[in-house]
Amino acid sequence: MGDSTMVRRAPRVIPGAQSVGAPLRISGYLPRVLRTLRALPTMLRVGLAEAVAYRAEFLVWLLSTNMPLVMLALWSAVARDAPVGRFGQSDFTAYFLAALVVRLMTGAWVIWELTFEIRQGTLAFRLLRPVHPLITYACENLAAIPLRFVLSLPAVGALLFTVGGDHVTRDPLLLGLFPLTLLGAWLITFLAMSIVGALAFYVDSAGSVFEIWMGLFGVFSGYLVPLELFPGWVTALSRVLPFRYMLAFPVEMLIGMQTRQRALTELAVQWLFVVVLGSLAVGAWRLGLRRFAAFGG
Amino acid sequence: MRRYLRLLGIQLRASTAISLQYRVEFLGEGALAFFWSLWSLVPLLVVFGHRSAVAGWSFEEALVVMGWFTFMKGILEGAVNPSLTSVVDAIRKGTLDFVLLKPADAQFLVSTAKFEPWRVVDIAGALAIFVFAFHRMGRVPSPAHALAALTLLVCAAWTLYSLWILVVSAAFFVVKVDNLSFLFSSIFDAARWPVTVFRGAWRVVFTFVVPLALMTTYPALALLGRLEVRTAALAVAGAVAFGYLARLVWKRAIGHYTSASS
Repeated sequence: MGDSTMVRRAPRVIPGAQSVGAPLRISGYLPRVLRTLRALPTMLRVGLAEAVAYRAEFLVWLLSTNMPLVMLALWSAVARDAPVGRFGQSDFTAYFLAALVVRLMTGAWVIWELTFEIRQGTLAFRLLRPVHPLITYACENLAAIPLRFVLSLPAVGALLFTVGGDHVTRDPLLLGLFPLTLLGAWLITFLAMSIVGALAFYVDSAGSVFEIWMGLFGVFSGYLVPLELFPGWVTALSRVLPFRYMLAFPVEMLIGMQTRQRALTELAVQWLFVVVLGSLAVGAWRLGLRRFAAFGG
Repeated sequence: MRRYLRLLGIQLRASTAISLQYRVEFLGEGALAFFWSLWSLVPLLVVFGHRSAVAGWSFEEALVVMGWFTFMKGILEGAVNPSLTSVVDAIRKGTLDFVLLKPADAQFLVSTAKFEPWRVVDIAGALAIFVFAFHRMGRVPSPAHALAALTLLVCAAWTLYSLWILVVSAAFFVVKVDNLSFLFSSIFDAARWPVTVFRGAWRVVFTFVVPLALMTTYPALALLGRLEVRTAALAVAGAVAFGYLARLVWKRAIGHYTSASS
């Protein structure tokens, strides 16, 4: 991220806009929302252009999401003779290919940018814009999703070809809701990253806190092991943690392992997590920005 | 040769001194590394909770592979990764000039630039895993097997290092390779499983292209006394060839280095 991109993305100065050092204190809530909405299409377009411009780098990032394929190979070997729980070999194939697709589609990288920009002080550039920095970050990450989708098409193709239609849910309602679960999963990932990233306002190594988050994710999201195959108490515990709703829930819904009733309940829980994490993120930022101002000023 | 050993000693001391400066972080990272060694056992425990053997590997044998993985991860993150990450940075900023000016081999200097001593925790964790696995099997590895395993360990570390030199050499051509290192670590993660678990194309890739088999499965087989002599000889030859290739590529790549200011 060079400085040139900063210049290119410099926002139009809107008369009357105050510094976003205190974004939530501008009088009048509605004008602020309208202004943000008006800026959204441009920000998304710029984000997409950036993802396309750094496509080689982007591809390498996506290729490093290869864990589901490794776990697919492993679990297929385990299930070669007899199914594990209700998972046969083809169920594992469907599960981990769907996990790959979900993971590719819902990735975010805001934490690295955040900790870097807070430490280097370049966050100040973002604060000058009349849009909350969380929204600009979100746009940059969201804008890459079309490219992510294109690049995850091989996995989608493999899913449909190898295990066919039997392993994709037939319920039209659930199929229709699938993008919504993806959005929820992405939001949980993004908001959690923003909250952990806001720690960088206080401590130097927010990165290692995030490592712990990722470790918990590996186990409780069903990324390495389908959650059903854990002992019962782990499965129960995973239902009250956010990790399951970042991966296992969309995956299980897509490959038809959930009844409609269950899926709708879990969708509600997922969005409850989104709301809770969202308000936490806004709060953490409000506190953190105050401190950041103290740093620079 | 003696000169290089002394240099290595100096570099090691400097790294230790630096990391001892940040004592809290030192302890924290150590504790974290220990926690990760344990945490990474979770998938293994789940798999073997459902099956007594997978692809011909019993739980204890798979544990030995996991032990070697932990060991190699310690080497990778303690001795290989930190120095080479700083080379990439030096290439981008042009500060590699200072290294090239010194009257010692540049590859040696950049490879020993930085160590992270708290990764010793990983190696201790690996030893604990070995002890536990062999205790469960109710036997101890014979000295000959242990010696074979140690030889293969050296080969494995050498291969890992050579692979990394190849990645770093790429930095002379395409400046941004920090994400290549990320990709490499993510592929290396597959080494925690015995290579025979993988089939078809995967196995070919993990044996010959990115020789993960050489890094964890072969030393584990050697320690268990199941490795054929022929395979072991091939592994040693492979490691030597890999190191030679890496040296060649490094030599060529460094010829492409143009300082940032010129």
